[in-house]
Amino acid sequence: MVNTKQFMRSAFAVLALISLAACKSSSDAESDANASSAMGSMSSESTSSAAQASGAGTSGRLSAEQIQAENALRQTVFYFDFDIAEFRGADRETLMYHARDLAANPSKRLRLEGHADERGTREYNLALGERRANSILNYLIVNGASRSQIEVVSYGEERPAMTGQSENAYNRNRRVEVVAR
Amino acid sequence: MKLNRATPLLFVISALLSFSAKAELSIQITQGIDNPIPIAIVPFSWEGSGVLNEAIGDIVTADLQQVGEFRALSPSNMLAMPREEREVYYRDWSVLAQDYLLVGKVQTAPGSELIQVQYEFFDINREIKLAGEVLTGTKAQLRDIGHEISNVVFELVTGTRGAFTTQILYVVSEFVSPEESYFRLEKADYDGRRAQVLLESREPIMSPSWSPNGQDIAYVSFETDLPRIYTQNIATGQRRQITNYPNINSSPVWSPDGTKLAMVLSKDGSPDIYVQDLISNELIRITDHPAIDTEPAWSRDGRSLVFMSDRTGQPQIYQMEIGASTYDVERLTYDCFHCAKGQFLPDGVNLVHVRRETRQSPEYQISIMNVETLRVITLTSTKFDESPSVAPNGSMIMYATKFNGRGVLDAVSIDGRVKFRLPSSRGDVREPAWSPFLN
Repeated sequence: MVNTKQFMRSAFAVLALISLAACKSSSDAESDANASSAMGSMSSESTSSAAQASGAGTSGRLSAEQIQAENALRQTVFYFDFDIAEFRGADRETLMYHARDLAANPSKRLRLEGHADERGTREYNLALGERRANSILNYLIVNGASRSQIEVVSYGEERPAMTGQSENAYNRNRRVEVVAR
Repeated sequence: MKLNRATPLLFVISALLSFSAKAELSIQITQGIDNPIPIAIVPFSWEGSGVLNEAIGDIVTADLQQVGEFRALSPSNMLAMPREEREVYYRDWSVLAQDYLLVGKVQTAPGSELIQVQYEFFDINREIKLAGEVLTGTKAQLRDIGHEISNVVFELVTGTRGAFTTQILYVVSEFVSPEESYFRLEKADYDGRRAQVLLESREPIMSPSWSPNGQDIAYVSFETDLPRIYTQNIATGQRRQITNYPNINSSPVWSPDGTKLAMVLSKDGSPDIYVQDLISNELIRITDHPAIDTEPAWSRDGRSLVFMSDRTGQPQIYQMEIGASTYDVERLTYDCFHCAKGQFLPDGVNLVHVRRETRQSPEYQISIMNVETLRVITLTSTKFDESPSVAPNGSMIMYATKFNGRGVLDAVSIDGRVKFRLPSSRGDVREPAWSPFLN
């Protein structure tokens, strides 16, 4: 059991209750720079099958469209503004390529991993991470992906991309990662 | 002091001393307004052979000073070092303006390996003995015995049951890289000492909570790659996976009668509050709203749940009767940008919560709001304070905060005037859960 420390207890006497009053509050202060956010979406390599996804060019050379698709599929991390669960407008086109890629490759499976920065309570951040991943999930489905191709998991603030209390770390941590399965 | 402090133990003892020195420091900040009760704790004499690795007097001193009601007289200022009643002269202590005196001695129990600790506690002003007894245990139980003496002294002086023999759960994480982190669920004495690892994982562990009898715990583990709720018996280590619903399974909290777990599931779209019966496994949905509902906490009578919802756009705290219509929700907080992690103190009127006042002030602090008068007291003044957990006697709140960029556990008295920090070795420490009374 826990730490059962039942001592043997031999006597003397126990008496008396005295009550008592209390006083004030203490503190030490800290200052802070405010929370804003601005950060372009960054790309990162991780999913491979980018090129074949949009089909190989017939002439043996990649068309501009194919190059664009390939680049889009290489972006697998999508960043979010503070307190916002909707992906950024700038990522819409890139996500469209992901959706088309899933539609064109029904056997492909993805996992959307939602994350939050550390501000706010942990349970709320877990929910926020899911909300962010769902905003991408819904967009992918609306644009042709099948629900069964995509798994969503939120890590909340538990798996930061970058530790620390800087604005930069917060911006890096509010993200959804697209992970091939 | 006759306590034998041979070399191999110096490390332990000096660690203890530096910790209590630190605690003393944080208490001194508020001493001027505090008017703490002066108490003399004479170092307990060790009258056996061999080495004792704990000094009872130090344990009691650290306990009583940490909670802030007391200021202990430094042994170097004592005029005498009595070990028992017949050596006590009240004037030695009244001349030093002490209100109370604790003396004692530690001996080997006759014919056994056990240790006997005799203590006696005196009221100097009234010149009477208030308590005295002999506690017997193993050497490994010396800290328990010290904390038990603190309980007796605390209750005799304040009228409130002491919580010095309680324990805490918390999560430690060690970040190596975004791909490599280690997570531990640990249990320790309320003062952070004697930590034990209950679970280790490379995937996140969250939201530890105690069963009301202190024998089982519940938590969230991502060990299957997905957040799922588990229970674990502390004595046997036996684990049970409680949930495997799609999406988020989180925030398990035991009902006061120990038969149910409140939890958060997003299987039906968005996170909502549910209650699962641990015997029948029956699942009842409590909230039904497309916004985020999370962080359930039981009322003391088990009839209602406090929870956080961002249904108005930002997190606010709400309360709902179990079995009421999902529309029958009472909003408790209005005057903050972000109020979360609400839970009632034992009085059922004061709501402990995490508060961010305005959008422009990104500081999260531990506050208490009286839901009848709406008066708010903010207890902490750091920026990253979260996960408040109340001691079972309602006297202190432990919470997670940041110090030098690292997660640490702090405790604050319910009136905000005293704080202490738990020692931590490495990693980020967070999500403290204070146990119920364990004895």
